[in-house]
Amino acid sequence: MSKSSSVSIGNQKTNLVPFSAWMVVFVLVPIALVVWFAFTGVDGFTFSNLKWIYVYKSTLWLSVKLAFIATVISLVLAYPIAYSMSRASEKVQRNATLFIMLPMWMNFLVRTYAWMTILEDTGLINSVLKAIFGADFQSLSLINNHGSVVLGMVYNYLPYMILPIYTALTKIDGSLLEAARDLGARGHQVLARVILPMSVPGIISGITMVFIPSISTFIISKILGGGKDYLVGDLIEDYFLGNSGVVNYNIGAALSLVIMILILIATFLMNHFDKDAKTNGGGVI
Amino acid sequence: MKTLLKIYNFLIVAFLYLPIFVILIFSFNSGTSRAKFEGFSLQWYQELFADELILRSLYYSVIIAVLSAVIATVIGTMAAVGINSLRGWKKSAFLSVNNIPVVNPEIVTAISMMILFVFVLSYFNGMEMGFGTLLIAHITFNIPYVVLSVLPKLRGMDQNIYHAALDLGCPPAKAFLKVVIPQIMPGIISGLIMAFTLSLDDFVISYFNSGASFQTLPITIYSMTKKPYSLKLNALSTLLFAVVLVLMLAVNIKKPKNKKAKS
Amino acid sequence: MKENVIIDLKNITKSFDGDLILDNINLYIRDKEFITLLGPSGCGKTTTLRIIAGFLEPDGGDVVFAGKVINKVPAHKRQVNTIFQRYALFPHLDVYENIAFGLRVMKKNEKQIKQKVEEMLALVNLRGFERRNIESLSGGQQQRVAIARALAVDPKVLLLDEPLGALDLKLRKDMQVELKSIQKRMGITFIYVTHDQEEALSMSDTIVVMDGGKIQQIGTPTDVYNEPKNAFVADFIGESNIVDGIMKKDRVVEFSGHVFDCLDGGFNENEAVDVVVRPEDVEVVAVGNGMLTGTVTSVTFKGVHYEIIVDIGGFLWMIQSTDVQNVGDRIGLKIDPDAIHIMKKSEYSGMFGDFSSYSEEFDELSDVNAGIDTEGEENE
Repeated sequence: MSKSSSVSIGNQKTNLVPFSAWMVVFVLVPIALVVWFAFTGVDGFTFSNLKWIYVYKSTLWLSVKLAFIATVISLVLAYPIAYSMSRASEKVQRNATLFIMLPMWMNFLVRTYAWMTILEDTGLINSVLKAIFGADFQSLSLINNHGSVVLGMVYNYLPYMILPIYTALTKIDGSLLEAARDLGARGHQVLARVILPMSVPGIISGITMVFIPSISTFIISKILGGGKDYLVGDLIEDYFLGNSGVVNYNIGAALSLVIMILILIATFLMNHFDKDAKTNGGGVI
Repeated sequence: MKTLLKIYNFLIVAFLYLPIFVILIFSFNSGTSRAKFEGFSLQWYQELFADELILRSLYYSVIIAVLSAVIATVIGTMAAVGINSLRGWKKSAFLSVNNIPVVNPEIVTAISMMILFVFVLSYFNGMEMGFGTLLIAHITFNIPYVVLSVLPKLRGMDQNIYHAALDLGCPPAKAFLKVVIPQIMPGIISGLIMAFTLSLDDFVISYFNSGASFQTLPITIYSMTKKPYSLKLNALSTLLFAVVLVLMLAVNIKKPKNKKAKS
Repeated sequence: MKENVIIDLKNITKSFDGDLILDNINLYIRDKEFITLLGPSGCGKTTTLRIIAGFLEPDGGDVVFAGKVINKVPAHKRQVNTIFQRYALFPHLDVYENIAFGLRVMKKNEKQIKQKVEEMLALVNLRGFERRNIESLSGGQQQRVAIARALAVDPKVLLLDEPLGALDLKLRKDMQVELKSIQKRMGITFIYVTHDQEEALSMSDTIVVMDGGKIQQIGTPTDVYNEPKNAFVADFIGESNIVDGIMKKDRVVEFSGHVFDCLDGGFNENEAVDVVVRPEDVEVVAVGNGMLTGTVTSVTFKGVHYEIIVDIGGFLWMIQSTDVQNVGDRIGLKIDPDAIHIMKKSEYSGMFGDFSSYSEEFDELSDVNAGIDTEGEENE
């Protein structure tokens, strides 16, 4: 309490001026413009842009669905490795973190292209299969479907799931696990009643960090999905850059607004869940 | 159970590294195929260094990354100091605004700024998106990361250290420079590095906010993937990856030594 | 009365977020005095100190330093220096540079700095530690560096904010002696903040007992111990039995169903009062030979004496005696007139049932429950 009215470091007002000005002009005003464009047309204020949400409902639904699936798969894949990282020696932990982060340093587009190389009909997997089963082998169709898009999402964003969960798990005091065992909990009970609830904050931030880029991607769907206007991100790109001949900021803004609202709802639900988990988690033992 | 977990971890790592190896190996392909390795050669590396477009956009990328990182670090560090001294709703309001570019999908941040730029530039005839808009956009998404990396250092610092400096006769500005800055330096540095790398790596926001005149490396790469794919990109990615790898190893090897020297 | 006053606090008030932390504090401090602000956490002692140091501005009232109002003088221009709770040494500088910090700000030349730093290191018995890293020092050594750093700039007044709180008991006792001797040698004013009554009693020239943002009593250690002004002071300092009494007339008081002679006067006839009797002032005698009779309910061996709890008409008394008693024994108690101290009724009357001894541990426990330290003692 004394800190608040104590002599604070530096002059708060001066320090916040450049930041405030910058954020108002380049963050808040642009978002206001998105909202503005979403509700205006040639004739001024209108709700008519919102009908495009209905027109594109299947694309929107597919975006939500694929992002959700990718998030769930990432979570399932990430947890065990995050857990074993958190229980390793300090040196191993440091190296493992580095190891998980390293692939992200290779250009995102080139990496996604590499998956195309691996999956396509004349790609690596099919070549290997052909080499094994002979030239008559019917190539597997591994690309340009929902599965390959989800794979691209999981591949690109998995580290964002692993790292926060790992961080949350390292914060659990080892003596807590001993205490749980001491109180008679078995391995899976310790996991379910102590480790999982205590890692919820990490899980939440992992989910956010995978779901948000997944639902708004337009590159992964373009490279690994094949078709056009595949996901809502592709639609937004098209309406702003006119790649399919039509530039319409209003429709693009309306669709962007939908994504923002979806994410707000998701974040709200997650925080709610987080609180529940915390109170329950505390009460279980 | 333990062996099972080990195998599992190995599989995940293999999954993460499979494309990396594919890129790496095919950068040495003597043929032009992305999927069929015909023999070892360095031809793509030679072509890479002959490609002016790539070299120029790499240069542009570095300029944007350096400038945006430095400017964002100055604004962000000042902001972190200011936010740290706030309390209650004011503090959460500032933090929420700071988090908008972090939480918002990149494409939304990108198109929202694009609308602003298009809107403003329409009043200035003949002005186009380019260096200026790109720099602004990069600074904007860099600032929050600097704030988020400096803030914990300020919070972890004993506020009385600053008071002690005042107490010993230091005027506030000098006390800040001599005592606070050294304490939060690790946060400032990591904010700077994060901003630099985010900027260097950014595609989505640059894609919407740069003109034809000024293209950064990720945009050039994207435009090249649309044309018949050239393995030059593999060579380029491999080289950049190698640079990062060496830097990371250097930092990582240096770290434990520092710790020992301290204790 | 008011001679050699170096600091004068006049009607100081301060509130944080609507909570009144300092309620009209009036206090003057003499030059070269060792004065202690004593009280439980949240009593306003640290806030008072920070106002003197210049880290806080009072909402109302004046801070006068050597005859001048210094309310608006920023901390770095005040001739007072502070020893912070957790020392606040600069971790990026070594011992030498920490001590030299203030001297460098004053733009002293290297020779003067070296001389002063060495003098200070000698003063705090840290010769040879010049180039040591701060983090490699023990708590006691860090404490010494903090003292040396503050004294190096020749302050008129040194403010010490619970400086020994982080040290273990043995070290704390040694440092108490050392601080006192440093103060004598340097001949400067020490304003010392603590919640440890024993520390306050053994070191101070003057003790200022605070609670609830108000000064409860100002006096010498013997005054404060022997003549507490109210039940709070009696309870906070030392152990005491505080019972309700009626002042029959001057020098006659009735409590626990018996009429006693005492030395106090100046009350109204039949005025209700608080009566304090220190446990060491009660003599155990045979039943019938004493004024009061009670039953022993517990006996604890404390080394130099036994601590005996006696039930007298439902009220538990604490008595310290060198003779052992058995639980269940009926004993008589003898209280001499000079062992009885009469206090006016106050807001604290009746708050301390049975015998009371202020427990630090209990204080801290209740802090934890409160969640926030109302005094905001840095670094939560």
